[in-house]
Amino acid sequence: MSLKHDIEFTLNGIKRQVSVDVTMNALAMLRDVIGLTGTKYGCGEGECGACTIQVDGVSLNSCLMFAVDCDGRNVTTIEGLANDTTADALRDAFVEHGAVQCGFCTPGMIMQADHMVKSECCNDTDSIKRGIEGNLCRCTGYKKIVDAIAAVSGAQT
Amino acid sequence: MSVAEKKTRIIEPDTLIGKRIRKMDAPEKASGKTRYIHDINLSGQLHGKILRSERIHALIKSIDVSAARALSGVHVVITAVDVPDQRPIGVARDHFPLKVGRVRSERDEIAAVAAETEEIAEAALKLIKVVYEDLPVISNPEDAIKPGAALIHPEPHGADGSHEHLKQGTTIAHKGKPDNVAMTFDYAHGDVVQGEAESDVVIEDTFRLHYVTHCCMGVSGMIAEFDASGNLLMYSNTQVPFLHKREFAEYLNIDPARIRIIQPPIGGGFGSKLDIYPFEVICLYLARTAKRPVKMLFTREEEFLASPTRQPVLLTLRSGCKKDGTLTFRQVHTLHDNGAYTSWGATTPFVMMQTFSSLYRVPNCDYHTAAVYTNNPYAGSFRGYGNLQATFAIEQHMDMLAEKIGMDPLEFRMKNAQDAGEITGQGMSFKSCGFKDCLTTAAQRSDYSRKVQENKANRDKPGNIKRGIGMASMLHVGGGAKIYPSDGCGTILKMDDFANVTLITGASEIGQGSETVLSQLVCEELGLPISAITVVNNDTAITPWDVGVHASRTTFIAGNSAIGAAKKAKAKILAVAAKKFECAESDLDLRGGFVIKAASGEVVIELSKLLRNLHFQDKAELVMTTFYYEPPSVHQDKGFKGDVSAAYAWGTQVVEVEVDTDTGRVRMTRVTGAHDVGRVLNRLGIEGQIEGGVVMGQGYALTEELLIENGVMQNPNFRDYKLVTAPEIPEMDIAFIESMDGEGPQGAKGVGEAPAICVAAATANAICNATGVRMFELPFTPEKVYRALHGQTPKRYWTPWKAE
Repeated sequence: MSLKHDIEFTLNGIKRQVSVDVTMNALAMLRDVIGLTGTKYGCGEGECGACTIQVDGVSLNSCLMFAVDCDGRNVTTIEGLANDTTADALRDAFVEHGAVQCGFCTPGMIMQADHMVKSECCNDTDSIKRGIEGNLCRCTGYKKIVDAIAAVSGAQT
Repeated sequence: MSVAEKKTRIIEPDTLIGKRIRKMDAPEKASGKTRYIHDINLSGQLHGKILRSERIHALIKSIDVSAARALSGVHVVITAVDVPDQRPIGVARDHFPLKVGRVRSERDEIAAVAAETEEIAEAALKLIKVVYEDLPVISNPEDAIKPGAALIHPEPHGADGSHEHLKQGTTIAHKGKPDNVAMTFDYAHGDVVQGEAESDVVIEDTFRLHYVTHCCMGVSGMIAEFDASGNLLMYSNTQVPFLHKREFAEYLNIDPARIRIIQPPIGGGFGSKLDIYPFEVICLYLARTAKRPVKMLFTREEEFLASPTRQPVLLTLRSGCKKDGTLTFRQVHTLHDNGAYTSWGATTPFVMMQTFSSLYRVPNCDYHTAAVYTNNPYAGSFRGYGNLQATFAIEQHMDMLAEKIGMDPLEFRMKNAQDAGEITGQGMSFKSCGFKDCLTTAAQRSDYSRKVQENKANRDKPGNIKRGIGMASMLHVGGGAKIYPSDGCGTILKMDDFANVTLITGASEIGQGSETVLSQLVCEELGLPISAITVVNNDTAITPWDVGVHASRTTFIAGNSAIGAAKKAKAKILAVAAKKFECAESDLDLRGGFVIKAASGEVVIELSKLLRNLHFQDKAELVMTTFYYEPPSVHQDKGFKGDVSAAYAWGTQVVEVEVDTDTGRVRMTRVTGAHDVGRVLNRLGIEGQIEGGVVMGQGYALTEELLIENGVMQNPNFRDYKLVTAPEIPEMDIAFIESMDGEGPQGAKGVGEAPAICVAAATANAICNATGVRMFELPFTPEKVYRALHGQTPKRYWTPWKAE
């Protein structure tokens, strides 16, 4: 029905090829074509951050990225952080600090937090709050999420 | 054996109660491994999509689906004509899943498609041609209730086959109404006329509460599949699986026993999933017709358009008091925008009247209300259930009355606050009540009384940033709510031969942490670590009955039920152990995974070893118990007198703000809360509930508003519907008042809804403290505040509508 395009990229450390519809976004490719469902659809227009992934080490909303633009890039999803020291620490901190309730925003939050911690941009709680400004959470009121990230980044609280 | 080797082992007493217990489902969720409904796909599954109305209020003259049916990949296209057995749904059974002959709001469902992919289903929707004949749109309740207003539900559609789309004898959706009134409530105790006569001060104001919606991060969805024998399996996000089982059975005209509902983890509930919505029934019709599993997921825009809302209310409050600060009467009229159909929103006055009649001691109170049909989105249940609206008015009047008689607002509240042992004019009985402790604790921790004076004194000083502090309190059910004939919850508890427990409970986990709290309560009884328990709570084919997750009831009701089952298990174990070791059962206890001597803590036998012995002797399931808990509350009478809950939760919140008088921007800087929760069970969980509720309340107060113009939603997206983001959250200081409720599980009461209730009211009081200007209409957006500060908001008067 519609035009397909073959791309090759690195997903969670493993090279892979995939044929995608040219109108498809990276979120749909990850979830519906590849079958990795840790990345969540929350709004589809870059407002909620539930679909946050990292591309070449930078966090972005996968719903705003064309799947074809993943060609040749290095893409990491929540599943790809399974053996990552920083992400492990973040996961533990989220659990320990009660930063997870319904959990729907959590993978996106952790992808964002991982990028923030790795790029050393969260020295205090204000910068952590600004860092996750694009990630909506309806359950927790954010406080425990900020606490969890601060515990890993060593930010002053 | 040497003496040293025989040395006895002592297990010291320990408790799980009040500790910071990690949420059991958090590691999976934080790893992205949790499979929400969006992440589940069945083989052979089709994708369902709904065509919604292009008009707000219109007759449907014709629907042409032929092009959609002809599209490659389309399996099923249905309209009302194709499901002649449709039955009316909703709280008042006033609409069909697929609308018949008439649409009454933007969200109205006209046709549905099941196709190979979502894209094909969407393409098919675009091929459906509908011819409408427009009708006048009624977009506000004040117009809807005027005599001679156009009727939203004028005719019996389909009575005795009078409608072309309905079979002879089909249940009619709605008998038709002579006016647009959907539901009314009338309540009274005492004599308000006499109360007013005894008053030294009387004030009356009209408050306007707005449209907001739940904004669950996970959009709505479901999957339906019929097996070869016509049994239905549903994957659903419902908060009330057992009630829905019965209701879906009614809609499908099948035996409820043939319906199984599985609840995958849910991306937020907050009350949004208490009613059955058209999409769910439509998904069943598609699956039934297609004979394939059908999955239906909303887009975010659809989630805004077709989810329930909190009910907008126009509220006129007249209150009085004596010079000494004694409240004399309270008279309330509310007009609720029901939207086009009736869901739980229409029944929120049931909760609102509790606040009007019983938050403070009011000798005379009456309350009249009507929910009226309009062509707006229809309102459902939402965390707090009318109490945010009621509290917004009541707590502003508490400040205003105090001001009038020159009394400190805290002192005025203390003078009228309820105590334990009180039975209110409505007949609510407060067995545990930490209200006064909440008031004084929140006031002390925030330095309220000093700051109130200081801010007032600073009001006229130069500078555009004005600081304000405001307080509000709340009363809410905390021990279940007798809304249905039963408010109970069943538990099945099973122990294996490694002393691991399987807790099978009717109570659903919706992210609030019920599975962890229930585990704590069971493990506390059985002297086991949390790691020893597995919870099964999401499958109606397995779990015992429960009325549902609502009314802040799960910890209290399901908790007591779980404790009951654990106690039975414990009794069985101790009986076996006492027999084996030839002692009295009362000499023994369970602790740290061992049977111990109760007096000394000395180990008698490892619990798993005892259970394995049992295994080889009896060849039966080791320890299995069932328990059902129905709280000791009774139904209210027809005048709403009586108790509705076995326990009540209390709370006071103090909000501090900075108001920028140049821009009207209000920054919420600090919230100090004191909540009577009975007892803290999981400290980590309860903090999370309160913080999340406060920020939800902050959104209600400051940023969130569904803008509906002439029936059309203007902002169905997160760009224009402003949720609070991380940088905006206030500093939060939360204190817990432990009133140790006699009926509560380990003394605990419900808390789920409580924290969202007071924030808007306290914020209004804080803005007034900062600026001297009182705000009667939510939300406090910069524009609204700026206008109010510059005298551009005329005081609103509304002549309440009175029932004939």
